[in-house]
Amino acid sequence: MTANGILQIALYFVVLVALTRPLGAYMAKVFAGERTWMHRLLRPLEAGVYKVCGIDEAGEQHWTSYAGALLVFSALSLLFTYLLMRIQQWLPMNPQGLGNVGEHLAFNTAASFTTNTNWQSYTPETTMSYLSQMIGLATHNFWSAAAGICVAIAFVRGFARHSMKTLGSFWVDFTRCTVYILLPLAVVGALLLVSQGAIQNFQPYTTAATVEGTAQTIPQGPLASQEAIKMIGTNGGGFTNANSAHPYENPTPFSNFLQMLYIFIIPAGLTYTFGKMVKDTRQGWALFAAMSVLFFAGVAVTYHFEQAGNPNLAKLGIESAATAGQSGGNMEGKEVRYGIANSALFTVITTDASCGAVNNVHDSLTPLGGLVPMINIELGEVVFGGVGSGLYGMLLFAVLAVFIAGLMVGRTPEYLGKKIEQKEVKMVMLAVLVLAFTILGFAGAGANLGTVGSSLGNHGPHGFSEILYAYSSATGNNGSAFAGFNANTPYLDTTMGLAMLFGRFLMLIPLLAAAGSLAQKKLVPVSAGTFPTHGPLFVVLLVGVVVIVGALTFFPALSLGPVVEHFLMHAGRLWS
Amino acid sequence: MKQLLIAIKVTVVMILLTGVAYPLLVTGLAKVFFRHQAEGSLILAHGKIVGSELIGQRFTRPEYFHGRPSAAGKDGYDGLASGGSNLGPTNQALVDRVQADVKKFHEENPAYTGPLPADLVTASGSGLDPHISPASAEAQVARVAAARGVSVEAVRQLVAAQTEGRQFGVLGEPRVNVLKLNLALDQTAPVKK
Repeated sequence: MTANGILQIALYFVVLVALTRPLGAYMAKVFAGERTWMHRLLRPLEAGVYKVCGIDEAGEQHWTSYAGALLVFSALSLLFTYLLMRIQQWLPMNPQGLGNVGEHLAFNTAASFTTNTNWQSYTPETTMSYLSQMIGLATHNFWSAAAGICVAIAFVRGFARHSMKTLGSFWVDFTRCTVYILLPLAVVGALLLVSQGAIQNFQPYTTAATVEGTAQTIPQGPLASQEAIKMIGTNGGGFTNANSAHPYENPTPFSNFLQMLYIFIIPAGLTYTFGKMVKDTRQGWALFAAMSVLFFAGVAVTYHFEQAGNPNLAKLGIESAATAGQSGGNMEGKEVRYGIANSALFTVITTDASCGAVNNVHDSLTPLGGLVPMINIELGEVVFGGVGSGLYGMLLFAVLAVFIAGLMVGRTPEYLGKKIEQKEVKMVMLAVLVLAFTILGFAGAGANLGTVGSSLGNHGPHGFSEILYAYSSATGNNGSAFAGFNANTPYLDTTMGLAMLFGRFLMLIPLLAAAGSLAQKKLVPVSAGTFPTHGPLFVVLLVGVVVIVGALTFFPALSLGPVVEHFLMHAGRLWS
Repeated sequence: MKQLLIAIKVTVVMILLTGVAYPLLVTGLAKVFFRHQAEGSLILAHGKIVGSELIGQRFTRPEYFHGRPSAAGKDGYDGLASGGSNLGPTNQALVDRVQADVKKFHEENPAYTGPLPADLVTASGSGLDPHISPASAEAQVARVAAARGVSVEAVRQLVAAQTEGRQFGVLGEPRVNVLKLNLALDQTAPVKK
């Protein structure tokens, strides 16, 4: 690790902390329907959407209607994108004349973007027309993000309300989120990215006559508008195959800083929004603190092992230490402009959140450098996490933590003045188990199927890691990959598409059910026996619960992949 | 049923808002304020496009600085096949490739005897990395100077002039844009025919 690398990581965190409160307070106002400084500009747009769509702004929904609205909208938008890709050849804005997308790939991609996963089994430059990218894919970056945030807000309302049957209106929350939060951030973000060199045009691809006299085709397209919301909505699906490693997506160190910041600002801000909504901001900061502990742990491990590099290459006379003129370390799959520090930091952030954008090749990470993103996803992406999903994921662990604390002292657990009873704990456990069953079930099956084995890009323990990473990423709705793995086969496109849908909707429904049940409960007054959930003790307990649940579930699988690969790499074992 | 009707309307309205109005707004603003960047930061020479300052291209001749190995396409630096090698750290193919590149480098640059900078023999994540590290440029200075018949010091000065520091003094890593450096070389120290 270098002093400058540590400085850059510290700078990132300081800016994140500084933005958490203002953005969090703003979001709390937006979802409460209060007036903000953006209303003068955007209120007509919000009101217009209600009018055209016939939405009752004052309407309220029971948790079943809230979930129903979300499911119907998701299904419709999935179908729309699927159909669009299947007929893109005959539609306009396709200057490269790209053909229609096949059925398995179109299903996988539509499921992927609807669930905020943005796994990409295809090479965008040679598969997707500008129209498909713009109205089929970039739109889902807004919608899946807004839907995730809505669920988080509804879940928090479960705690904030009492003796009520409703959780708010999905349509109103969805509209406000899109109009007041996502769109303004995206416009500003896209322009900042263009200023750094991200492209934004509708021209056909450029052919350049290179200095040495060959021809180079350079892709073009409406990239920056998709790029900004890809980060803000923790979606992660690239306009290009190389994703945020591509110089057009992420041209400079500053654009890289912005992208990393955009991944975390809404999830971080939501911890403050949560505190505001339950009328005790210390509760929000406690979650923030627990997330920060896990964040720094991940960064330290990945940065250390990536800087240490690959001993098998060091043997060939390659500098692995950082010097003034070069960054050393494991540079396979990394860009010079980011070096080791910014690549490691990006890797941790994108998997702490359910983003899945990558600015370096995860398949080429050192074994333990690559272990961290895998664990991050398997813990449920609760370290700031996906937009919305990070907050409700962490709240789910908070409920488990108070439940465990309650068991220890033999008292009915409470969280935020609500008794945590059988129904809530059942629903929370259901959500935790869906993740584990889907990842381990599919990965276990995949490891034993010849059809999956032939998709591997690397062999030995790294091959197993590729399968485990793929299903973790799909189920966790992350979307990053150990990309040597060819997932574009009918079996993998289909099973991974299903894993994405399970990982998204089988989590959301039990959560909304728990929220509905919580909202109906009465408030329990704080007493001497109440376990305070805003202090350091709770933070430690919460981190412990996240780590122990994750470790118990996934350690056996991880030890067969990255852990064993680490030791064999140092013993000089190679696989062909 | 009412929910379904709302859902259909919301889908249509949101397609127009986030799929049409938003990208068009960004395109318009980008065109006004950052036209050069929005159109790909293309570099023109004698009225023809020679490339983009952001997209690396393949250099093999001794008189040019070479970029990093590229996994984009068969010959590397294929703009339609962006991506990395995806080779894991214990893959024999990775070690073989790096070994071959190290050998080739020493054959082409007999004057350089130090350890090789990591970026010079590893493939980038995009396959289109426009940069090399300053150390990787320094490792090639003697070869380029000899091929052009100019002094090592002159080439070194040009490299220094083309070296970008950390952005705002803090962010990222120091780097040299290979295409821009080679174009500058052709201007100031053209190859004698």
